[in-house]
Amino acid sequence: MMEKNPKLLLPEIKDLHKIEVFEQNGGYQQARKAMKMEKSEIIDIVKKSNLRGRGGACFPTGLKWSFMPDGIDKPNYLAVNGDEAEPGSFKDRRIFEFNPHLLLEGILIAGKAMNLKAAYIYIRGEYYLWNKLMQAAVDEAYEFGYFGEKMKEKFGTDFQMDVYVHSGAGAYICGEETSLMNSLEGGRGYPRYKPPFPAQVGLWGMPTTVNNVETIATIPKIFEIGPEAYSSLGAQGHPGTLLYGVSGHVNKPGVYELETGITLRSLIYVVCGGIPGGKNIKAVIPGGSSMPVLSADEIDVAMDEESLKKIGTHIGTGGVMVMDEDTDLLKVTLRIAHFYHHESCGQCTPCREGCGWLEKTLKRIYNGDGTSKDLDLLVSVCNNIEGNTICALGDAAAWAVRGFVNKFRSDFEKRVKAKRIFQAPNIAHAKRATADTLIYES
Amino acid sequence: METTEFKFTEEELKEVEKYISKYPDKKAAVIPVLWMAQRKFRHIPKPMMEYIANLLDQSYSHIYGVVTFYTMFSQKPRGKYHLQVCTNVSCMLREGDKIYQMISNKLDIKNNEVTSDGVFSLEEAECMGACSGAPMMAINEDFHENLDITKIDQLIDSLK
Repeated sequence: MMEKNPKLLLPEIKDLHKIEVFEQNGGYQQARKAMKMEKSEIIDIVKKSNLRGRGGACFPTGLKWSFMPDGIDKPNYLAVNGDEAEPGSFKDRRIFEFNPHLLLEGILIAGKAMNLKAAYIYIRGEYYLWNKLMQAAVDEAYEFGYFGEKMKEKFGTDFQMDVYVHSGAGAYICGEETSLMNSLEGGRGYPRYKPPFPAQVGLWGMPTTVNNVETIATIPKIFEIGPEAYSSLGAQGHPGTLLYGVSGHVNKPGVYELETGITLRSLIYVVCGGIPGGKNIKAVIPGGSSMPVLSADEIDVAMDEESLKKIGTHIGTGGVMVMDEDTDLLKVTLRIAHFYHHESCGQCTPCREGCGWLEKTLKRIYNGDGTSKDLDLLVSVCNNIEGNTICALGDAAAWAVRGFVNKFRSDFEKRVKAKRIFQAPNIAHAKRATADTLIYES
Repeated sequence: METTEFKFTEEELKEVEKYISKYPDKKAAVIPVLWMAQRKFRHIPKPMMEYIANLLDQSYSHIYGVVTFYTMFSQKPRGKYHLQVCTNVSCMLREGDKIYQMISNKLDIKNNEVTSDGVFSLEEAECMGACSGAPMMAINEDFHENLDITKIDQLIDSLK
């Protein structure tokens, strides 16, 4: 039986970022083990662990790897997504800083499983320091023979791969997998239409897998403790440990590695020490600003994808943002809408124009010129963005804004002009979205 | 005013070669090379874009497209100290927007403007992944977290 909440990704070991210390603590042993395995064996272990992607979509990692074609004469690539631009998400940074070699070990195992030619670690441009830290770790790993030509000697196999660090340049959209590939190829970060999926046509037209940093860093730990033990950690449908990043109105904000399935209430009150000044909670965003918001009476939910899905939101990147009772939710919604308007790449009309209209309408309400009709307009614009764009940025903007407007409608009603209050609200639109979460006070 | 020649030195060209060797296609080196230019000149003007286009066998329009797409590349010179203040939700909840306003008033510049002496430039930035240290700002590449008004006052005065 494993201890509760094991520190798999961020153990408290001093200087773990140094390769010697990492090796002393059992580092790169799992990669050695994997080098002697068959590809299918490795993928079976990952499948058995029931690991789900940590980037937000929660796609089963083993299944994703199994999509990579076998036995064709083309180089395969892995892109490790460290763009981490989702507001409220700041977990991958800790891996770059405190445990970069665990990520590299995971890349080696993924490399063997998918017969990779090279892996590219895409780190956002703002993370200049972390970029350098990761590059230093990569240089060390090359020096010690874990990558490149020296691999044959080190592991005694024919397999050889390379790893590179690539810096972004400040675009939120490049966290989307197809957009990340366009950015890596040196172009504007426009998302690509799917299909073809990256596993068929990815980087430079070759089969490619895109995984989150945290996902890849988890792989060696699955090999270490065994897939059965890993899948028994935390919640059943979404097992393992997760890096929760808690920010906003809490006494102890930070990144905490805990099992999935912990309740949001204990995460806020026990782990993070409650709300400053003993205030009450007004709203909590459970997984980065894209995910629909939760109200104070919903915080007894367990923090895993399946439980959150039942109440109409998602785990996302695990970036929890807590807002106390004095928060102006209209201002928060306006800021979120501004963010998506700013970051929309401009490729699809519904998102490019829709996000702009969301911001304009919210600004009108914020300035005191809104009417109750504007609230329905917001929901209507959201409904017309969602599902009509190539990538999920439009969906994210729609989910976020509609979540706030529907759930805290009474707050918004107070801010709009009363003179047109008799206008029949368009409930049909609101119902189409999240009928069970709709709170409407007439 | 002396005219700057917008090109790379021999040494820098070797670095460019290193970047090119990392990727199967020359085009992929565009962003790393643009970063070199941005860091060297604090902006990427048209002659530099043309130079890079030549260097990497790309069209000028492609390079121009990339520079305009990414917010961290600038066509106008930035200040010696480029202040990026996060005002996104996590920082806003901890009064990051007030800090932005305060800096804007103190330096008398608005978003994406440079002070007349060219020392400071200001940008209202989106989330930079330092939410646990909110409110935060980045001065060039360095993150400064857990800010308050007095800390910023001292910080900016120490740079002047």
